[in-house]
Amino acid sequence: MLSVMFRFHVCAGEIFELKAELNSDKKEKKKEAVKKVIASMTVGKDVSALFPDVVNCMQTDNLELKKLVYLYLMNYAKSQPDMAIMAVNTFVKDCEDPNPLIRALAVRTMGCIRVDKITEYLCEPLRKCLKDEDPYVRKTAAVCVAKLHDINAQLVEDQGFLDTLKDLISDSNPMVVANAVAALSEIAESHPNSNLLDLNPQSINKLLTALNECTEWGQIFILDCLANYTPRDDRESQSICERVTPRLSHANSAVVLSAVKVLMKFMEMLPKDLDYYGTLLKKLAPPLVTLLSAEPELQYVALRNINLIVQKRPEILKHEMKVFFVKYNDPIYVKLEKLDIMIRLASQANIAQVLAELKEYATEVDVDFVRKAVRAIGRCAIKVEQSAERCVSTLLDLIQTKVNYVVQEAIVVIKDIFRKYPNKYESVIATLCENLDSLDEPEARAAMIWIVGEYAERIDNADELLESFLEGFHDESTQVQLQLLTAIVKLFLKKPTETQELVQQVLSLATQDSDNPDLRDRGYIYWRLLSTDPVAAKEVVLAEKPLISEETDLIEPTLLEELICHIGTLASVYHKPPSAFVEGSRGVMHKRLPAQGTESPDVGNVAGGSAPEAAPSIIPSQGDLLGDLLNLDLAPPTTTGPPPPTSGMQMGGMDLLGGGLDSLTFLLWYPQVWLPAMKAKGLEISGTFARRAGVIQMELVLTNKAMSVMTDFAIQFNRNSFGLAPAGPLQVLTPLGPNQTIEVSLPLSTVGPVMKMDPLNNLQVAVKNNIDVFYFSCQYPISMLFVEDGKMERQVFLATWKDIPNDNESQFQIQDCHLNSDAASNKLQGSNIFTIAKRTVEGQDMLYMAIKLSNGIWVLAELKMQAGNPNYTVSLGTRRDGEQHY
Amino acid sequence: MIGGLFIYNHKGEVLISRVYRDDIGRNAVDAFRVNVIHARQQVRSPVTNIARTSFFHVKRSNIWLAAVTKQNVNAAMVFEFLYKMCDVMTAYFGKISEENIKNNFVLIYELLDEILDFGYPQNSETGALKTFITQTGIKSQSKEEQSQITSQVTGQIGWRREGIKYRRNELFLDVLESVNLLMSPQGQVLSAHVSGRVVMKSYLSGMPECKFGMNDKIVIDKQGKGGGATGQSIAIDDCTFHQCVRLSKFDAERSISFIPPDGECELMRYRTTKDIILPFRVIPLVREVGRTKLEVKVVIKSNFKPSLLAQKIEVRIPTPLNTSGVQVICMKGKAKYKASENAIVWKIKRMAGMKESQISAEIELLPTNDKKKWARPPISMNFEVPFAPSGLKVRYLKVFEPKLNYSDHDVIKWVRYIGRSGIYETRC
Repeated sequence: MLSVMFRFHVCAGEIFELKAELNSDKKEKKKEAVKKVIASMTVGKDVSALFPDVVNCMQTDNLELKKLVYLYLMNYAKSQPDMAIMAVNTFVKDCEDPNPLIRALAVRTMGCIRVDKITEYLCEPLRKCLKDEDPYVRKTAAVCVAKLHDINAQLVEDQGFLDTLKDLISDSNPMVVANAVAALSEIAESHPNSNLLDLNPQSINKLLTALNECTEWGQIFILDCLANYTPRDDRESQSICERVTPRLSHANSAVVLSAVKVLMKFMEMLPKDLDYYGTLLKKLAPPLVTLLSAEPELQYVALRNINLIVQKRPEILKHEMKVFFVKYNDPIYVKLEKLDIMIRLASQANIAQVLAELKEYATEVDVDFVRKAVRAIGRCAIKVEQSAERCVSTLLDLIQTKVNYVVQEAIVVIKDIFRKYPNKYESVIATLCENLDSLDEPEARAAMIWIVGEYAERIDNADELLESFLEGFHDESTQVQLQLLTAIVKLFLKKPTETQELVQQVLSLATQDSDNPDLRDRGYIYWRLLSTDPVAAKEVVLAEKPLISEETDLIEPTLLEELICHIGTLASVYHKPPSAFVEGSRGVMHKRLPAQGTESPDVGNVAGGSAPEAAPSIIPSQGDLLGDLLNLDLAPPTTTGPPPPTSGMQMGGMDLLGGGLDSLTFLLWYPQVWLPAMKAKGLEISGTFARRAGVIQMELVLTNKAMSVMTDFAIQFNRNSFGLAPAGPLQVLTPLGPNQTIEVSLPLSTVGPVMKMDPLNNLQVAVKNNIDVFYFSCQYPISMLFVEDGKMERQVFLATWKDIPNDNESQFQIQDCHLNSDAASNKLQGSNIFTIAKRTVEGQDMLYMAIKLSNGIWVLAELKMQAGNPNYTVSLGTRRDGEQHY
Repeated sequence: MIGGLFIYNHKGEVLISRVYRDDIGRNAVDAFRVNVIHARQQVRSPVTNIARTSFFHVKRSNIWLAAVTKQNVNAAMVFEFLYKMCDVMTAYFGKISEENIKNNFVLIYELLDEILDFGYPQNSETGALKTFITQTGIKSQSKEEQSQITSQVTGQIGWRREGIKYRRNELFLDVLESVNLLMSPQGQVLSAHVSGRVVMKSYLSGMPECKFGMNDKIVIDKQGKGGGATGQSIAIDDCTFHQCVRLSKFDAERSISFIPPDGECELMRYRTTKDIILPFRVIPLVREVGRTKLEVKVVIKSNFKPSLLAQKIEVRIPTPLNTSGVQVICMKGKAKYKASENAIVWKIKRMAGMKESQISAEIELLPTNDKKKWARPPISMNFEVPFAPSGLKVRYLKVFEPKLNYSDHDVIKWVRYIGRSGIYETRC
């Protein structure tokens, strides 16, 4: 009750008057007075002073008056615990009343009075009511157990109410069963490990029977409870599905959605070749579509859920594109959600229709909606190659409208299209350049600058264009500044003669006049690169960029799985796990989809991970920063990923190449933005990994881009391939103010729990602060796991090398390395790759090397170098005993 | 579960506030008012999270209903409950308005106490509620009556009480359909569907067991040779039923059997997308003559049996915001330019099938320097026709009451079909 100060004070006269009326002899007058008291209470006036007078009215045979007094009691008992005791007697008496409606009313109200002394008196009447002959009393008593548990959990356990509640699951009356299920589910949530609900085939059978008979609300309680059960095998799973499917035709959308949740979950266990699996998929589509003809608020809930379902099982709704077309009168929240789903469902088959619609939307009134529509056109181009040309021409049409925000949005997406289809649509650059002046949003400016820099050689006045941006360099946002810096360096490398001055200017602006460490560091790197080795600079800055992925905004698979288990609930509306918005212990339990077959639930996570797309490694098409940084990052193998390996060993080998090559050519892993501020309520996290004095360090840069101070930072890792875990707490001692940045170094140990990740060096991290918990994933260089004592005796090396089975060996080439064998050997030693032996055969240098990983696996390598040939051949091998770890 | 339920007027004053859970304080009442009702911008979502508290709201005329929670509740259930709450209130005191709520606040509290216990929705069928929540004061019930009430509220057939008697057993079936269309300017159907409802009003004695049959393609095909040519059948995409219908029986045999609530209920909702009869076609022609003039010509064609009459036809042609004057000529009905709605509204009382009518208008525009083009909202249409655009036909509704002595033949049955326009739009 925080708002005491807002309460209107009732003047003393009024209270006095009410007091007199409450004590009147006339029943009617009394009732009117209580009504007035309740009315004052509703608007927030404090009428607690009347407590004794109101309680005096309780002893009445007028049910209506009684209910009003009870309402008053529930509100004020807590503030007047001593006087509330006065009411106990009446309650106890009412619980014995011959009228079941009154017995139920008493037990229902008593549970709402949160006063310790009263709860003691409640136990006996409650015990009686739980066994009452009347189902109406029993169903009320069942809920009362949950109420009491909320006040005093220990008392409920001591009194044995939980067992009585469990017995009610077998009650003959369906509504009693439903309420008992609801109460037990709630209590079980606060005791995650108790076996309270004890779901087994027999009790499930009882629930399924009650499902057919109880009210719509009861059906929801039962279905939500069923969704927590994990069937033992696919046959049980199928038989439950069969009994749940009829619920899909219920008029109540919540019943339908809860049924969908059960089906989506249990479907995981069915073999895909089963006929029933196909039938079930077909049955799911029509009810989901029907939800869209419900009231707008429910449509919104349905659409948020469909968004999840489409990501998990795109096949269900792939033919239903048309129902997601936006109607002119839809509320804006429905429109935006529909648009999202349209893009997810877009495919070659329906792209023409989709595009026509999107073009229509781009002329609507609502700015957010129009922007999203324009962005959607860009996403279509990237997703469906055949449509790219039409998308580009549509976007050009939209740019011609000269509507400011449409133009800006279009330019942002065209940049992505350029990246996806290089050397195809550059003819439109001229049109884009015409709109340079109208761009006032950072994202659009950055996109435009990127385009100018990337295609500097084709734009005659590129230097003038960029120079014009440079004038207000300090007023630009970081995003634009970084982009401008890179673009000018690109321009310089392409047209060195005319732009020397410009590049000087931008480098000094970035390094000398800026407070932003990101910008400064990037400026220094460019500067050093350019001054030491322009050729290398060219290779680095103008390197080929990895392709951007088709799907963006996909929910990370493990989160998606959890959300599927929460279909219909708030979590599925927010697209966040319950722990992100629920306080306390409730709902923290992470739910998972069951795995197919008879695997233990633990393996479920891995099997579930085979969801269609591996989201974590996706390069966001909108993250210009990251995309740009990849110019620097000469390690394409780690990001583009090798073709799926056939054996565990080969995969290790390939990934090690990534690490090896990395340390060979470019010892610097530039900090990457792991968690953009947009996704984490203003907290931006970038970072890198390093190995210092035998300790693996995770270096994090936390930036607060929100308006409020952030405190209470903590970090945790998901299980990962090499058992990385934080060796200490995250040392952020001072609160992080708005726009502040802090650099933290987190020592890591390798003794944490192990689970194979894909890619192998993927690490999922959760960071918590006072605002929320955020999740991101990043990749670490394998080289940081190479330990210092990786030197091996020659003999041992030879023996081991021979031991390696052929199929545990892999071979590949490293190209364009201009180092001789000694230099390479030295360099490699720097990253704990030790040269054991060296031979020279027919002008070829052969280096034999050993690497020891932190988990004790030895990797042996043979490096062949030919003088004058910049390409090396590497053979990698490891002994079989290491394989079990993968 | 639901932690509290508040009702506000349009100014944000609390009319009803009922808190079910301890984690919801009085400050939640103010938080919703400040952040949603008094918010400057349009509502961007029906679910709002303010300081870790989630608010679900629906609006009925200018009354706000908000459910509040701090837990991960079933969101669909909360909205369904709010709608149900509105239905219950309407059934008790008519329109949901500030005045009605203020006058009935005691009743509303009583209802809220009954249908929501610790935030869990309980039986909310008005039929059952009306047996024991009355505003005429509690009459002294006999013991039998009391147990009858409780067994009805908690029972399997919570929507009907025993011992109903009528002198004349009568039932009315209304097939109400709304046909939705989105058509491109070239006359291509972008999307069309019919969402229909079968509403049943029954005045039957006892506990009648009913069976409802229609020309559902799946059923007709199953009967196949036996049924013979009973006219066309229709493909139903999906249907949902009132809770009285036995869903497992429908799932297994596709037969619709139930014991109906007394009085009115919505037996079924369905949706079809195939072979829809579109009662009207709208052919728009918009021509921009220079910068300050628009010429609009719209032709509507009726497309059903000439013997049938469509009613309440209304065509709404949107006009730009900078319209200064409009001249309209129409062959039939009345047309008027409504400046406040930015539209020309053309009304025709009646129109037979297979007819055509036309309107032409000249719209004068004020010159503006607004760069943004006019968005050209679609032309929308309203009408009512005396047939079901989906083609649905009621084949039978059989009534069995084993205990009382009346048979199916004694029941007087009425069937009526009404097709209305849903969102019936043609882009121009």
